Amino acid sequence: MKTILKALLGSAVVALLAAPASAATLDDVKAKGHIQCGVSTGLAGFSAPDNAGNWTGLDVDFCRAVAAAVFDDPNAVQFTPLSAKERFTALQSGEVDLLSRNTTWTISRDTALGLNFAGVTYYDGQGFMINAKKLQGINSALQLSGAAVCVQAGTTTELNLADYFKANNMEYNPVVFEKLEEVNTAYDSGRCDVYTTDQSGLYAIRLTLSSPDDHIVLPEIISKEPLGPVVRHGDDQWFDIVKWVYYALLNAEELGVSQANIEESMNSDKPDVRRLLGTEDGTKLGSDLGLTNDWAARVIKHVGNYGEMFERNVGADSPLKISRGVNALWTKGGLQYGMPIR
Amino acid sequence: MATQQTIAEGAAPRVPLLYDPRVRGIAYQVLVFVGLFAFVYWIIGNTAANLQRANIASGFGFLQGRAGFDIGDSLIQYSSDSTYGRALVVGFLNTLRVAIFGIITATIVGFLVGIGRLSKNWLINRICLVYVEVFRNIPPLLVIFFWYFGVLSVLPLPRDSIALPFGSYLNSRGFYLPKFLWGEGAGLIALAFVLALVFAWFVRRWAYKRQMATGERFPVLWTSVGLIVGLPLLAFIVTGFPLSFEFPALSTFNLRGGVQIRPEFLSLYLALSFYTAAFIAEIVRAGVLGVNRGQTEASHALGLRSGPTLRLVVIPQALRIIIPPLTSQYLNLTKNSSLAVAIGYPDLVATGGTTLNQTGQAIEIVAIWLIVYLGLSLATAGFMNWYNARMALVER
Amino acid sequence: MQEHDLSFVRAQMAAVEPPPVAEHGIGPWLRKNLFANVTDTVFTIIGLVLVVMIVPPLVEWAFINAQWSGTDRTVCATIAQGGIQPDGWSGACWAFVEAKFQQFMFGRYPIDERWRVYLTGVLFIGLLAPLLIPSVPRKGLNAVLLFVVFPVVGYFLLSGGAFGLKPVATPLWGGLMVTLVLAYVGISVSLPLGILLALGRRSHMPVVKLVCVTFIETMRGVPLITVLFMASVMLPLFLPPGTSFDKLLRALIGVALFASAYMAEVIRGGLQAIPKGQYEGADALGLSYWKKMNLVVLPQAIKLVIPGIVNTFIGLFKDTSLVYIIGMFDLLGVVRQNFSDASWASPQTPITGLVFAGFVFWLFCFGMSRYSIFMERRLDTGHKR
Repeated sequence: MKTILKALLGSAVVALLAAPASAATLDDVKAKGHIQCGVSTGLAGFSAPDNAGNWTGLDVDFCRAVAAAVFDDPNAVQFTPLSAKERFTALQSGEVDLLSRNTTWTISRDTALGLNFAGVTYYDGQGFMINAKKLQGINSALQLSGAAVCVQAGTTTELNLADYFKANNMEYNPVVFEKLEEVNTAYDSGRCDVYTTDQSGLYAIRLTLSSPDDHIVLPEIISKEPLGPVVRHGDDQWFDIVKWVYYALLNAEELGVSQANIEESMNSDKPDVRRLLGTEDGTKLGSDLGLTNDWAARVIKHVGNYGEMFERNVGADSPLKISRGVNALWTKGGLQYGMPIR
Repeated sequence: MATQQTIAEGAAPRVPLLYDPRVRGIAYQVLVFVGLFAFVYWIIGNTAANLQRANIASGFGFLQGRAGFDIGDSLIQYSSDSTYGRALVVGFLNTLRVAIFGIITATIVGFLVGIGRLSKNWLINRICLVYVEVFRNIPPLLVIFFWYFGVLSVLPLPRDSIALPFGSYLNSRGFYLPKFLWGEGAGLIALAFVLALVFAWFVRRWAYKRQMATGERFPVLWTSVGLIVGLPLLAFIVTGFPLSFEFPALSTFNLRGGVQIRPEFLSLYLALSFYTAAFIAEIVRAGVLGVNRGQTEASHALGLRSGPTLRLVVIPQALRIIIPPLTSQYLNLTKNSSLAVAIGYPDLVATGGTTLNQTGQAIEIVAIWLIVYLGLSLATAGFMNWYNARMALVER
Repeated sequence: MQEHDLSFVRAQMAAVEPPPVAEHGIGPWLRKNLFANVTDTVFTIIGLVLVVMIVPPLVEWAFINAQWSGTDRTVCATIAQGGIQPDGWSGACWAFVEAKFQQFMFGRYPIDERWRVYLTGVLFIGLLAPLLIPSVPRKGLNAVLLFVVFPVVGYFLLSGGAFGLKPVATPLWGGLMVTLVLAYVGISVSLPLGILLALGRRSHMPVVKLVCVTFIETMRGVPLITVLFMASVMLPLFLPPGTSFDKLLRALIGVALFASAYMAEVIRGGLQAIPKGQYEGADALGLSYWKKMNLVVLPQAIKLVIPGIVNTFIGLFKDTSLVYIIGMFDLLGVVRQNFSDASWASPQTPITGLVFAGFVFWLFCFGMSRYSIFMERRLDTGHKR
């Protein structure tokens, strides 16, 4: 009985083996009708579920932007919350089509892990937060020798921390946790003196502490943390789509095309705007990408341009109130530079 | 008998092939084998394809790479410049440490509670019963959280540490003890200790032989204690007290100096000990109850008092019942130590997880986990089987 | 027929005499049970000290000083911590449990759809209770309903997506509901699988035996966490690209396989305890292997190991809490997650949440163990030597 069952299972398994493994993510995505997007398990401003269970945040909006470009529907996306440990295997194995989970772009991740970073949606850097009320007189990271530092396991943050303290000949006492919320509780309960992670994260986490005003973020930035969406190696078309959705968001901001004025912009006669929104006669920009020609217009219509996404989720219109800083457009002294759409 | 056999032999060839149990057995096994082989082949094929697609190099070469992360709690020299391999060794030693301390404490507490459950004293009996029924029926992870969040993290901050005797402190960062700093001549003390142990062993052997030959007894216990305490003490005095202490003292952030026992270790150790002790208590109780009352009565009839009865008659027999389930509790404790990852104690699973994350070598890391835990299980089981064989009833 | 003279037989019962004074009442009971001799007295005093040290503070913490209602952390924090309680106050923050109760039970399951969980729960209890009460008839039909029909109905009710029900993705599930789903599936998969594995381990076919032994010993030799990690991190690598497996399903597979290995060893103990004559008797009657097992061996073997089986169930129920480590929120996970809710953060919140979760787990496990003792007594046919 059992043997028969096992044999049946085996043959079923062999039958499955014969099913062809497809390579084109775009076709897969279209076939299933939604994008599977990997996000963090909860980081305010980047990807976190609200009380009704809807995902919000900058990373989430980027997923919605890609969904809008493909399906003309920002809700044609399903979110998979992933821990730092699970995120890469989830992408490699095809469990998610796109990883938009405040992931730092590094050479080893790009090469050894077989990933492709499609751009930098947020230029970040690692910082330190301390409880200024308990630790008065500390205003620089260089005074932190001997401190207990809370950090999340398996992140670049953990490595930068080790390097920084070593380079400055300081000692520290690492208190390492697997999950973000574990680090938060530990820091809030006084298990460690210092919390280190990306500065954007520090601002977000500060809001969730029991007395946010007691805590300050120290001025030092000890690392470069370019955070961006990631896709798998080996599918250039899907890589292109994700990459150009990002550039379209930047170009739209640069050209002043926003969610509010998208209807008028569709009738604009500026050649840049016409190329971006696909209203130019005989344009092939969108179809060459594997999408419709109004792909960028769909994105702006549903989620707005990069500036709008930023302000809504982490900027002035959000509780985080992070200034644009290096994330301003290149025309305003920042680093965000959209490649030309032509 | 003979005729029956003839019939059986005559009938055997006429059984259709389909109903021949031997043929069926072989057919089933071939089916299982083929099915299993196909399944494994399929998995390996998928994995290889997935790895190739993701451009992940397989193999254990990554163990030589620089780890780059620090570990808070390490028994051996370790820094961020050490290799991933060393990080895993650190994790493994941490697992061993919490397992060994946990096993010792759980055994002691478990035996006490187990004996308490058998006590005729109503109050003691009830207290032990409540203890067992509470701890047996809640998840170990919850016990760990209880110690970590409920007890240790609500202790005061370093500034307001609770001062304990002998210059030790307790605060939310852990338990701080003074550190022993051995000066010159400390080697002599260690030597004296070893010598005392050897002497004590010889004394015991001699006393046993003498008792066997003459029936006279010799106070072995007190002589041994005297030797083991006295000799090192003598050496200590002769070498001129080569011991100083480094006391923990408050600095900007933490207490510095001394020995710090971190709350992660403490809560894991306490939780595992108390949780496992409840199971050990039940095993001990069953073991003692399993010894026939007649044994105790016979021993009393021989004129043994209740102390020797317990020591020479009841416990040796009870141990035979206790040891096999006790082994599996020790193994459970060791395996449960992997829950460390939930509170950030750097055990093998936690350091392995970090390594996995930094290198992406999922298969290799999981393989290391499996091999190490299986190895520990087999080693413990092997040791306990050997011990069990020594204790087993020798039937003549 | 000769008449017997029965005049020496008492016709009326003698009046019951009161028990000897020295053996009756509170005083002698105390003397016998608490103060029998010097050592006993010493132990009693130690015990009393322990009780006095633990019980009154516990009662004070859990009931007298406890805060039963409130809207945020201020009711459970001292003035120094930004609350309203006097300094040095320490008491349970039941208000936290009250405020989060729905979340502890259902996780983030959409509020409008929670009637589906209630309905599933009612169905489950409605099917389980008659199965557990021995005197209710039609056990066979009942078991089929509970283990064949109920999973299908429950699946569609909970996850939706058919019959006009709104789909609810499993990441939204949480709390006690996930704990119970995991335990139910784990229990109903691990028992049959464990029996098969145990039979396989005792089989005369070397290949089958080898496969079963390897599986059982590997599973028993490693911690559940590594099995769960394997299920959550490595399963995607083992499957063809693009196959997406639900996270809850992965945890279910991990937990069920793990428990079935332990179950197999328990059942094997039972099989080994059955005298050889029973096997031979069944063979002599000409029963096939499966009939022999189903009709003769297993009913006796399983009855023998009911305590072991229930212990495995209890272990499995407790082990479901580990799914928190792979990022799912069962009861313990939800409680733990809520520690980082700033509006409730206070030194008393975590311990209150843990005590609550511990009590819920304890109720279930203790209930199971009591039921097993009851069943053991009932099924005891007096064959024990």
